[in-house]
Amino acid sequence: MNKPYWYRIAYVAVAAIVILTGILVSNAYYLQLLTFIGINTLLALGLNMLMGYAGQISLGHAAFYGIGAYTTAILTVHYAISPWLALPAAILIAMAIAYIVGVPTLKLSGYYLGMGTLGFGMIIHILFREWSSITGGASGFIGIPPLEFGPVSFASGRNYFYLVWGFVLLSLIICRRIIDSRVGRGLRSIHDGEKTARAVGVDTSQLKLQVFVLSAAFSALAGFLYAHLVYFISPGTFDFITSIRIVTMVVIGGMASIWGALLGASLLTLLPEWLHSFSEFEMVVYGLILMSVMIFLPQGLTRGLMDIYERSKKSQNR
Amino acid sequence: MAIKGVSLSVAKGRIITLIGANGAGKSTILSAVSGLLKSWEGEIEFEGTSLKGLDPPSVVKLGISLVPEGRLIFPPLTVMDNLKLGAYTLYRKNEGATAAETLEHVITLFPILSERAKQPAGTLSGGEQQMLAIGRALMAKPRLLLLDEPSMGLAPQIVEKIFQTLIFLRDEGYTILLVEQNARAALQMADRGYVFETGSVVLQGETSELLEDQDVKRAFLGKDYGDFYEERQ
Repeated sequence: MNKPYWYRIAYVAVAAIVILTGILVSNAYYLQLLTFIGINTLLALGLNMLMGYAGQISLGHAAFYGIGAYTTAILTVHYAISPWLALPAAILIAMAIAYIVGVPTLKLSGYYLGMGTLGFGMIIHILFREWSSITGGASGFIGIPPLEFGPVSFASGRNYFYLVWGFVLLSLIICRRIIDSRVGRGLRSIHDGEKTARAVGVDTSQLKLQVFVLSAAFSALAGFLYAHLVYFISPGTFDFITSIRIVTMVVIGGMASIWGALLGASLLTLLPEWLHSFSEFEMVVYGLILMSVMIFLPQGLTRGLMDIYERSKKSQNR
Repeated sequence: MAIKGVSLSVAKGRIITLIGANGAGKSTILSAVSGLLKSWEGEIEFEGTSLKGLDPPSVVKLGISLVPEGRLIFPPLTVMDNLKLGAYTLYRKNEGATAAETLEHVITLFPILSERAKQPAGTLSGGEQQMLAIGRALMAKPRLLLLDEPSMGLAPQIVEKIFQTLIFLRDEGYTILLVEQNARAALQMADRGYVFETGSVVLQGETSELLEDQDVKRAFLGKDYGDFYEERQ
């Protein structure tokens, strides 16, 4: 059985699940939770292309998430521009900033790249907080308009859920396409040995920059969707902790796996909700669960669950 | 500086080998030619074009492919993906067709790679990995093939097989620059040789002459140790 065939089935399955969920779930809280999973999946997917496939860490991806959110907020509120025009603007601005930051930063590697992107994330966070004439400062930015398209309003939970998951599916397909292409092979070769990749003819510095810009675009899209979902944004949403959460989603879900982004984002979005009943011990249990995943499934959920499945199949055959 | 005052030429359609002990500077030459060594003094020309300041991808585009020391395949990628990566620099429309032809050619050279096409390259044996590394280099359609210690860690029969392939490639018109510690095998196979010692060329000539040379015999071929011993006394 060839691979693309399975992928197509997987997409159809995910699409079917999304449509059914939208029909069956009518509780507004659950729909919003699922919408957040979609937004987080976009974030994890973008970072996974950079971290999982190309092997380059970024501890500042919340910055691009924030740039996407603040760009659409500023354009739609201050300049009364349609959100649908603000979307490409948000993505393009995030990509341009990623390019400018990426040229010097991606010359670094390992811990140093982590430090470089960490610093970038913090600078942008401070900018959101202190540039109050434009961003609203620490108290946040209010009055972001809901999305509508002709007669269709995305203000309701269900429509927004479909919108976000439509973007998620599209992004999953785009990422899969890239990974299976020549460029995708180049990315994976960087992960395994940059020097060899160069010797083979892969222009690694250009490719790293391209994937960095691409992952910034996904983060900005997520930021756009977040801003028009909650109508209010504040710098706290785009701080260092958020960057770490995105990294955690990628690692927990499984690096170099687009379904890993989905799993990791789901787990990290749902866990805090499930753990409310632990009240003050919530964070302790949260931490323990993440630790056990890393101890018992060090390759992340995707690889780990696949290994368990294969092992059980083998033991059945015996 | 690992090498100094070295001058060598590689004639088209021949196998040239660089032999010498560890640290003599053989691999440094290959690093400089392939662009992995960032700066060097002097001049390196390929078909009349200077290689000064070129990065590795540009060197590959010019028609020079490196088979690195220790093979350095990409272990988690499939054998087929490894091969396709070799053709990374050939991506324009008509080049895609030639890449498919080159793939055919590589597979006729090393049929085992086609059998294992979907396996992760890390699961291959050492010899198969070496074949994959050579195949990957050929995928870029080079005219000059650089090989760094292809015999390293391989059983003698496999080394022989690999070397036979190199002779076959030469007869097909490829030019080959081979760095080897396995001096005997390299000299028996190559057309011309350079002997390196502490960063410079101490001997050069047709391999038939080098194989007969007393110094080469003593230092690299393990022959005439008795004579050597008597001289010392």
